[in-house]
Amino acid sequence: MATKQSRSAARLMMAPAVFLLLVWMLVPLAMTLWFSFRKFLPLRGGDLGFVGFDNYVRFISSSSFWPSVQTTLIVVGSVLLITLVLGVLLALLLDQPIWGQGIVRILVIAPFFVMPTVSALVWKNIFMDPVNGLFAHLWKFFGAEPVQWLSQASLPSIVMIVSWQWLPFATLILLTAIQSLDSEQLEAAEMDGAPVLRRFWHIIVPHLSRAITIVILIQTIFLLAVFAEIFVTTGGAFGTKTLTYLIYQRVLESQNVGLGSAGGVYAIILANILALFLMRIVGKNLDA
Amino acid sequence: MGRITLQQVAKSFGTTEVIPPLDLEVNDGEFVVFVGPSGCGKSTLLRLIAGLEDVSGGTILIDGEDVSNTPPAKRGLAMVFQSYALYPHMSVRKNIAFPLKMAGVAKADIKKKVENAAQVLNLTEYLDRRPGQLSGGQRQRVAIGRSIVREPEAFLFDEPLSNLDAALRGNMRLEISELHQSLKTTMVYVTHDQVEAMTMADKIVVLQKGVIEQVGSPLDLYRNPANLFVAGFIGSPAMNFASGATAQEFDATTIGFRPEHLKLSPEGGDWTGTVGVSEHLGSDTFVHVDIEGVGKVTARADGDISLGYGDTVFLTPDRARVHRFDVHGLALR
Ligand SMILES: Nc1ncnc2c1ncn2[C@@H]1O[C@H](COP(=O)(O)OP(=O)(O)OP(=O)(O)O)[C@@H](O)[C@H]1O
Ligand SMILES: [Mg+2]
Repeated sequence: MATKQSRSAARLMMAPAVFLLLVWMLVPLAMTLWFSFRKFLPLRGGDLGFVGFDNYVRFISSSSFWPSVQTTLIVVGSVLLITLVLGVLLALLLDQPIWGQGIVRILVIAPFFVMPTVSALVWKNIFMDPVNGLFAHLWKFFGAEPVQWLSQASLPSIVMIVSWQWLPFATLILLTAIQSLDSEQLEAAEMDGAPVLRRFWHIIVPHLSRAITIVILIQTIFLLAVFAEIFVTTGGAFGTKTLTYLIYQRVLESQNVGLGSAGGVYAIILANILALFLMRIVGKNLDA
Repeated sequence: MGRITLQQVAKSFGTTEVIPPLDLEVNDGEFVVFVGPSGCGKSTLLRLIAGLEDVSGGTILIDGEDVSNTPPAKRGLAMVFQSYALYPHMSVRKNIAFPLKMAGVAKADIKKKVENAAQVLNLTEYLDRRPGQLSGGQRQRVAIGRSIVREPEAFLFDEPLSNLDAALRGNMRLEISELHQSLKTTMVYVTHDQVEAMTMADKIVVLQKGVIEQVGSPLDLYRNPANLFVAGFIGSPAMNFASGATAQEFDATTIGFRPEHLKLSPEGGDWTGTVGVSEHLGSDTFVHVDIEGVGKVTARADGDISLGYGDTVFLTPDRARVHRFDVHGLALR
């Protein structure tokens, strides 16, 4: 876009999209802020006027607040760790010329196309059911007592389900990154006397750093909002209540829109703290 | 020491034989150039020596020791790749230090060796840059630096200059030759550019379709090409060929005569021809002439000759320097 005309034409043509996006983003945000300062109980009197910072104080002083933040961070952190480690390994594997490569790749990507509610239900009923689940049968086969997955190991179960969902995404991004690595670099390193593991650390991992950063940033955004997997499995019980889930409970189960909105604002703040933190650590990988 | 011996070395990819069994001897301290057209197996041969490909048959000896099944790192060779293959996330300093670090050399020694190499290659001011911030020639020097710090038995170069522009290529050619003079290490150099081969080599190996057509010193190949392929490949501009009655006169199926061995005259000579395009290089002029009964030939003339398009000229080949070839394209002596 070199000339003045083409630049202003471009602005004009982009305007509707920008406007739509702004409205899309700003209206809900403004409404959340608005309601967070009001006492709004839809089934018990409706909008009861301004209450100042009352909702904020009540939300943060609730005994469920800090545990829910902790749960959120645990879910985000563990899923990131699992998907990245397994994703790198799977990507390395899929990069090898193996028999039936096309089918294997499709199989690996498949979980990403399954809706979160569906995949959570599949895990809950087919794998984790303490009586009829595949895991229960496996445990019994080895003579062990079946684990009551969703009550005894609730958080790890959620992490497992969500990781399964996001592993394909991480694998896919990392695979494309690995495929873009110049094979001569690996050969040069081999000539330079670097054995397999050191080639991995000194050549492959640095090459993947940008892709890893992308995976971390994108997944964090989505993992902060994990909801369906919890809703259809534990329903927030057994210490699986994330911040998102707590807000849902406040708004819909307790029918307190004001309190939930205040929670929403806290969620925005948490997301921004996390984003700031991540950009500090991994953001530098993006410029080059 | 860096004597490399190939005995009946062959390579196939699946069912396609890229290199039929061949023998070759590279002596210690020699600068050997593999030259041949694209796809003739030069890189493959070099990668076999490096150990980046497994041989399909035969043995590779380095200093008399069988290394056919030795991993690349243990062969004591260093390679410079066509794409340079520098590590983009490491500074120049770290790139050059990498092989030393892998070999477990002490930090202080690494520093000294890297700085020495940088000095030799004029890279001192770029040590803290990333490869992405260097020019093509500088990257090339970093790649060479990375290979010299290891003090290998032999250097392997795979078309190291093909990504550079003509002027820089000329400079780097000199630098590599000078490096060879000062290090006296064996160098095996792959190129498809016969000028590089002629100017740098102690010994040229001409390859075609994986087969060695001829091995010899540059002047040897220039003066006594063993067959039509070598005759046409070595020398610039390429040798002229003629067959039929003209060749019969010399008792051969085909004759070859170099542009520089043709005498051009406006008055008289053996052959009469019509001048086509003249290429003026300043020092020389290459005149393309269409000779009746012989065909289109190139002749080298003085820089200040002036011939117009369509003029008639007379040409006389230097009879002592006419190359004669038989039905199979082999040289007759
Ligand atoms: N991995 C491979 N699998 C199958 N065929 C290959 C493989 N590598 C090379 N070849 C074939 O081997 C032949 C020689 O290839 P090579 O790379 O050695 O050519 P080259 O002489 O280096 O050519 P260039 O000057 O273009 O680099 C080519 O015909 C090529 O198609
Ligand atoms: Mg090649």
